[in-house]
Amino acid sequence: MTTETTKGKYNVIGTRPIRHDGYDKVTGRAIYGADIKLPALLQGAVLRSPHAHARIKSIDTSAAKALPGVSAVITSADFPGAHDTLIDLGEGAINFRYASNNVMAGDKVLYKGHPVAAVAALDKNTALEAAALIKVDYEVLKPVSTVMEALKPGAPIVLEDLEGQDLGEKIDGQTNQANHIRHEFGDVEKGFAEADIVIEHEFDTAMVHQGYIEPHNATATWDEEGRVTIWTSTQGSFPTRRQTAGILRLPDSSVKVIPLEIGGGFGGKIPSYLEPVAAILSRETGRPVKLLMERTSVFESTGPTPGTWMSAKVGVKNDGTITAATADLRFDAGAYPGSPVGAGMMCVFSCYDIPNTRIDGYDVVVNKPKTAAYRAPGATQAAYAMETVVDEICQKLGMDPLEFRIKNAAKEGTRRADGPIHPIIGAVETHEAAKASDHWNTPLEKNGSDGKLRGRGVASGYWFNIGLKSAVTISVNEDGTVALTEGSTDIGGSRASIAMMAAEVLGIPAEEVRPHVADSEGIGYTDVTGGSRTTYATGYAAHDAAQDVVVQLRERAAKLWDVEVDEIEFANGSYQSKSDPELRLSHKELASKLGSTGGPVIGSASVDPEGAGGAYSTQICDIEIDPETGKTDVIRYTIVQDVGTAIHPSYVEGQMQGAVAQCIGWALNEEYFLNDDGAMVNSSFLDYRMPTSLDLPEIETIIVEVPNPGHPFGVRGVGEVPIVPGVATVANAIHDALGIRLRTTPMNAGSILAALKAKK
Amino acid sequence: MPEFDFAQPTSLNDALDLFAADGEVRALVGGTDIVDQLKTGRRNADMVVDVKRIPELQRLELTDDGLHIGAARNLTDIAEFPPVVSDYRGLADSSLLIGSWQIQNRAGLGGNVCNAAPSGDTIPALLSHDTVAVVASKSGTREIALSDFFAGPGQTVLQKGEILVELVLPLMQENSASSYLRFIPRNEMDIAVVGAGSFVQLNPSNNTVLKARIALASVAPTPVRARAAEEVLEGNALTDDLIEMAAVAAVESATPITDVRGSAEYRRELVKVLTRRTLGICRDRING
Ligand SMILES: Cc1cc2nc3c(=O)[nH]c(=O)nc-3n(C[C@H](O)[C@H](O)[C@H](O)COP(=O)(O)OP(=O)(O)OC[C@H]3O[C@@H](n4cnc5c(N)ncnc54)[C@H](O)[C@@H]3O)c2cc1C
Repeated sequence: MTTETTKGKYNVIGTRPIRHDGYDKVTGRAIYGADIKLPALLQGAVLRSPHAHARIKSIDTSAAKALPGVSAVITSADFPGAHDTLIDLGEGAINFRYASNNVMAGDKVLYKGHPVAAVAALDKNTALEAAALIKVDYEVLKPVSTVMEALKPGAPIVLEDLEGQDLGEKIDGQTNQANHIRHEFGDVEKGFAEADIVIEHEFDTAMVHQGYIEPHNATATWDEEGRVTIWTSTQGSFPTRRQTAGILRLPDSSVKVIPLEIGGGFGGKIPSYLEPVAAILSRETGRPVKLLMERTSVFESTGPTPGTWMSAKVGVKNDGTITAATADLRFDAGAYPGSPVGAGMMCVFSCYDIPNTRIDGYDVVVNKPKTAAYRAPGATQAAYAMETVVDEICQKLGMDPLEFRIKNAAKEGTRRADGPIHPIIGAVETHEAAKASDHWNTPLEKNGSDGKLRGRGVASGYWFNIGLKSAVTISVNEDGTVALTEGSTDIGGSRASIAMMAAEVLGIPAEEVRPHVADSEGIGYTDVTGGSRTTYATGYAAHDAAQDVVVQLRERAAKLWDVEVDEIEFANGSYQSKSDPELRLSHKELASKLGSTGGPVIGSASVDPEGAGGAYSTQICDIEIDPETGKTDVIRYTIVQDVGTAIHPSYVEGQMQGAVAQCIGWALNEEYFLNDDGAMVNSSFLDYRMPTSLDLPEIETIIVEVPNPGHPFGVRGVGEVPIVPGVATVANAIHDALGIRLRTTPMNAGSILAALKAKK
Repeated sequence: MPEFDFAQPTSLNDALDLFAADGEVRALVGGTDIVDQLKTGRRNADMVVDVKRIPELQRLELTDDGLHIGAARNLTDIAEFPPVVSDYRGLADSSLLIGSWQIQNRAGLGGNVCNAAPSGDTIPALLSHDTVAVVASKSGTREIALSDFFAGPGQTVLQKGEILVELVLPLMQENSASSYLRFIPRNEMDIAVVGAGSFVQLNPSNNTVLKARIALASVAPTPVRARAAEEVLEGNALTDDLIEMAAVAAVESATPITDVRGSAEYRRELVKVLTRRTLGICRDRING
């Protein structure tokens, strides 16, 4: 179902052509990182820490080096030691020194799975055998795994050199608190005094992983001139280039990154893990080296999203007006600073217009893998706290939860709690569409079969979206097709959407655009595929590059007809003379004459747009619980989302449905389950329980289009906001079914049954 | 994966020669357990012997003395075999729960049994049917009651050189039925948090239980019989109250641990719920 705002306005936008990479992907022809084969290729293996926290007293690599077939064994001693500088990766920032330490541990291992050494050998078995021969002498230290434990005085210290900050002041002595920041607006004490009802609760959420299908991989060569080439699966070849170059202390221009197709990322393929290691192994051996992770390492050693401790407090008047709200968000960053708590703070109250707010955010290091971006990083956790408190308020007020959200909705001109003023946004439109949905208007039969209990939940979420840099070039072929080159690696069908925007401008069918993702030397600088920016910013660049083509084609038409350029107008895909209606050529006809009018035409654009529009999603979920086992089945789910303009509605719906699938898993089953030694024990898809297709209902999508004025076609990012309200939506449905509020994730069968027993 | 030798014998004798050789020799049927275990180093092998081509291990036949299932017969064939569909329903229930269609087409019943996981889904169903394992080595053949077959997690009582040839389930009697249920947090591709297999034979004249068998998965180092619950049932009329008493008694036989798949307390609760439900299904199945 789609609202009508952009229907009929465009020729290509809003249609559903087959994606350009579709056949290659469904036939298995598409090339992924694991497929790479090069002459003289060596296979690598990484030795990882079995301990969550330990000091490395010594590493003896002699037996590994002596094994026949082994070409090199490296440790952190073989790394140049990166500079202590912070760099922004688009969605999250890293310090090079910590990034280097994360890909190969220095004097301490900080989480189970932390790399300590790596091997290159003639084949994989030899590499694995050699890795097992490396003797590491550890002094095992006590680990700390949760935010609240890590903040306690006397807690084990994760990073001895960490300079902690608290509200802008340096913390004296050793600490795990990397930072504490605050956004304050209005007078919260006064606001709460004005409230008739004040609700406050505390929450704990477990660390969860994105769970992309394709494990990380990297193949590298280091040549005689000191130039490094990397083949990898990444969300951005330029950010991978920057990280790899930073860790290797090379100029960016000495590293070339060739991105392959990606089997999912969701933010987790922004950081580099294997690339610098493969490069050093290549430097040592003079041959290309390939590294592939297996699933266990993906869970244990790459970047999940934080576990948290949170509290949220909201005050309302009896008429349903919110008077004040506060939140305290404490996120575990993993082993190095840089959790997405800042983003969580930007989102926690942003569905609402609240006059008095205070938000505290803590970034805390613990003995777990360094967290990375995961779809609207930080916002899902924050919404779990806020939206379940709001649900309780609606229940106390006896107010319809969608009415409450409409009444208090943020609008154009509302100040976000962290400062910015909202431009045109679609919060109200999103809630209204939810209210009008078939799902909301179909009453739920509360009793299921066999004594099962049913409930319905609703919740909303916000994500700000980002812009950043993108480049596109378009070259016109003589047959009228165009080759579009971009630097955004394609995770969710972005190649198709970007091609469609170019086609719209040029007045040609989407199929006549041939999109191609170039390597870091084949296109201008392009930031990550992340932050919901790709269709927005790279699409913006495609629009501008296509316009550049139009400008040049007008010049060619003028030359052909020997008239002034101003004489030529471009409309409905044709170039024509304003004064002589006989002089008219379609794009295709004009393209065939390029050879005789000055040679090929290439349009290009490099953009850094400021106007990424924030996005909203409201979700409705029906669940059914077996009160004897605590098992929850999701029986109906509707997601409503303001997408600005749906360029290719199928890929918009895909984003919406995929995000819902992920948050159902997050809500009900997924967690990093650690043993008493702080080591993850469920690092497989068997025990890290992501939903299968049988655990999901058909996910109904309602696309709302409130065009973003900051984009030529009104695009807002669509990839992240759909995950934001999901965990809260499920929690609210559980409450509706059982009358129980669960404030710890996962809300799994065991915890539901325990809560039911406690209630009795 | 470390290297190993590989053989595909077509006769039982050839196979038994191979298994008698020095070193670690492992059977492979579907490979759905063993391949992953070899890859991840949880088991090792000097030689892997594919036993699927041995006729005795592919047997699937109902004779006067019971249902014979060769150790290498795949789960789909078994679940679709008419006597299993009509009578050995607990075995069909459990075979159709394992993994996915692909896994069921590939995996052997003998593989599930010999892998000896505490969570193996077909095992409680087989135990509830008083199944006997027929094993062979170069020095001959012997029979082992399946309830004596398991030695610990992943461990059987098979000796060096011995393989499982077939499983024999006694003929079904009138007025009897079996059933298997497991609890998993998802709806497929998961491992039993608890599994329960029940068998009940009733005296139709007075509704008393002539014979009861209850076996549990994932609550002890091996699949276990819930003998106390069986005693509660036998000789008494199969009422809802009796079923509830048996369900409570079944918990006595469970010695679960707390792990990522569930807490010990939660598992005990599930033993009760699943025992009650499987007994109810057996009753419904007998009553048609
Ligand atoms: C995706 C997936 C899902 C699964 N889901 C389930 C599930 O829901 N429930 C469940 O119980 N299991 C499940 N399993 C585990 C596995 O599929 C079953 O245990 C299956 O029955 C094993 O049969 P197989 O023929 O593949 O065994 P194999 O892997 O071939 O063998 C298993 C073990 O038995 C030994 N063995 C085999 N035959 C003999 C013999 N004749 N004599 C002596 N030893 C022998 C082998 O050496 C090996 O140690 C799953 C596995 C996968 C990969």
